[in-house]
Amino acid sequence: MNLEFSPEYVEFRDTVRQFLTDYGDRAPSSSDRSFKSEARLGWQKLLIEHGYAARTIPAAYGGYGAEPDPLKARIIAEEFAAARLPGGLAGQGISMLVPTLLELGTEEQKQAYIPATLRGDMIWCQGYSEPGAGSDLASLRTSAVVDGDDFVINGQKIWTSTAQYADMMFCLVRTEPDAPKHQGISYLLFSMDTPGIEVRPLMTMTERAEFNEVFFTDVRVPTSQIVGQRGQGWQVANATLTHERGMLGDPDAALNRLNAIADLMQEESIDGECLMDNPVYRDRLIDLQSQVYAMKFNGMRLTTAAAHKQSAGMAGLIVKLQGCELNHQLAALAIDVMGEYGALFGRSPFLRDHGIWQTHYMFDLGLIIGGGSAQIQKNIISERGLGLPREPKPAK
Amino acid sequence: MYFGLSQDQIMLQDSVGKFLENQAPLEAVRRFVDGETAIADGIEAGLVELGLPLMLLDEADGGLGMGLLEAALVQQSLGRYATPAAFIGRSALAPMALAALPAGDRRNQLLASFCAGDDRYAVALTEHTGTREGGGLSYADGQVSGRVSFVFDWSNASHILVPVAGQLLRIETAAATVTELTTIDRTRPTVTLDFQAVTAESLADGYELATQRLIDAARVLLAADSFGAAEMMLEKAVAYAKERQQFGRVIGSFQAVKHMCAEMTAALEPCRSLIWYAAYAHNTAPAEAPLMSRLAKARMSDVGRDVARSATEVHGGMGFTDLLGLHYWFKRIGMNRQWLGGPVQVRAEAARLQGWA
Repeated sequence: MNLEFSPEYVEFRDTVRQFLTDYGDRAPSSSDRSFKSEARLGWQKLLIEHGYAARTIPAAYGGYGAEPDPLKARIIAEEFAAARLPGGLAGQGISMLVPTLLELGTEEQKQAYIPATLRGDMIWCQGYSEPGAGSDLASLRTSAVVDGDDFVINGQKIWTSTAQYADMMFCLVRTEPDAPKHQGISYLLFSMDTPGIEVRPLMTMTERAEFNEVFFTDVRVPTSQIVGQRGQGWQVANATLTHERGMLGDPDAALNRLNAIADLMQEESIDGECLMDNPVYRDRLIDLQSQVYAMKFNGMRLTTAAAHKQSAGMAGLIVKLQGCELNHQLAALAIDVMGEYGALFGRSPFLRDHGIWQTHYMFDLGLIIGGGSAQIQKNIISERGLGLPREPKPAK
Repeated sequence: MYFGLSQDQIMLQDSVGKFLENQAPLEAVRRFVDGETAIADGIEAGLVELGLPLMLLDEADGGLGMGLLEAALVQQSLGRYATPAAFIGRSALAPMALAALPAGDRRNQLLASFCAGDDRYAVALTEHTGTREGGGLSYADGQVSGRVSFVFDWSNASHILVPVAGQLLRIETAAATVTELTTIDRTRPTVTLDFQAVTAESLADGYELATQRLIDAARVLLAADSFGAAEMMLEKAVAYAKERQQFGRVIGSFQAVKHMCAEMTAALEPCRSLIWYAAYAHNTAPAEAPLMSRLAKARMSDVGRDVARSATEVHGGMGFTDLLGLHYWFKRIGMNRQWLGGPVQVRAEAARLQGWA
């Protein structure tokens, strides 16, 4: 156990801080919601040049070309979060498609898509889930039939975030309807401008359209737009799923939330009693604090394991289940302590903290369900982690 | 930056674990509980042979120069085997208490007798975390009166160390009137001691901070003990779920059962890191230790209770019987939860520490 950073990393942290001091004013403002504003693309370019975005992507494809170093990645994330400045572009193109193409794409595909994606010029959406294929993703039915030099796609995707802004989609389709379900899928790349694609926003309980439904009617995509071979799409997609874990946000996000709730409880009073003076609320706060620190240290264990190329084992498998639940519980406490104000929403008078707590409470429930639901996570923990048997398939 | 155990720490834990696997199997726990106290003496002698009582003392004091993290790893192993042997009071808190004494001949003498195994200590802290029914000691003119309860490692102790009003007292055990307490946890007998104007030696003044550090350390060790016990219960539950058949399937293939195992795992695993950090902070980031020790104790107490309950449930009716002996771990976790403050009390202290109450 040694929580000191060696001189190389101390120096690296200083460099990051200096960069943020020197260039922080060029960051896009938080009110800038456009995907391709000049400020946003300029900031991304600057970050890549200095190695704070696309850090480990080879320079030949528009990245910075550094060796992977989880400690430096963590330092970058920590410092950008501390300065309250946006880090490099995230999104599913950068976090999932680019690593997949690097691993499995043709040279042509790499050149065509990676540099533009890294620059922020090309926005991607992910076409995986379908109305009938959620947790059981491999049962997806959107079909692609070869006709001449094209695949012809028909079907529907759902939960497609950013589809309304995206230039491109990476998409799983069934190309071999007679093969076993995992062996009949292919992974295709195509423009969202292709005729026959219709995007419909999907409103959620947060009163925002965080997702879309995407409908395909005779959408023609050249057969060269496949990644990997026909029927190998499941393996290609799983290569990207493992990359999903590579995304690194603010490592102390939950701790910041906890401290924000503590501030709220100290500042607010109901019937003249400061919320922090309520022993029941206070007990819940400290209980959550103990869990936040436990997850923070668990995360430090994961970073250490990654830096030493070791498996983090169980400590990694539990993160999605525990982390999402903890964030949800934090939001629940913030709502509870506020009494009736806890139900205020949108732009209501008397709203506290811009209404983030109800939004978190609802959105985090979405996160508990999405990206592998809590129940699927429990299957993963018990099967991969504990070696318990899979649920037997029902007899046909 | 390295958040994890060193090779030496892993080897330490492995060697203690192997020793206990051989010397403290369930059969030995049962024999101890049935009155064969020599079992505990034998295990304690083995722990001494492994050098464990010396681990927390500096090399200059004749020790091995380790920290609370190493002690917590040992305690975790003791919890894993529900070990009926002295350690927390006699071999962890006592040497820490003596090492915190002001430099001088008396300190050196006491440390030398401790290292030689001549002085065998019990430690009492409960009156500093919750005094009741006339508990607590008063000390004046070399004499002590009063009562202490839930003493750590009373069996075979020659002396008791107890902080009283900013002083650390050393009292011969022969001077006490002993009342045995019966707790749910038969693996660690404990007592109430009454003193009526008996001779006591005050080893130090201004011992308040050192007292608090002893309590912090004790709470981390209790959390580590529960972690080890809960980890063992979970392992037993998973093994049972892979073996036990009902409806023509192993019960571990039912999601109702496997999800219980996953929930236990997800709650327990982060406690490992929290306990590691709380123990590490005790020596390396002492300003954080009071908070981290309380967070670790409180969180592990709650997770321990849940795991003890669910792991028993996975075993079905067998878990409820004495046949599997699961209840020894269940009760050990239950005792640790209450000892030196249950989770609500400890969280209230954590709130006060942060100026929130």
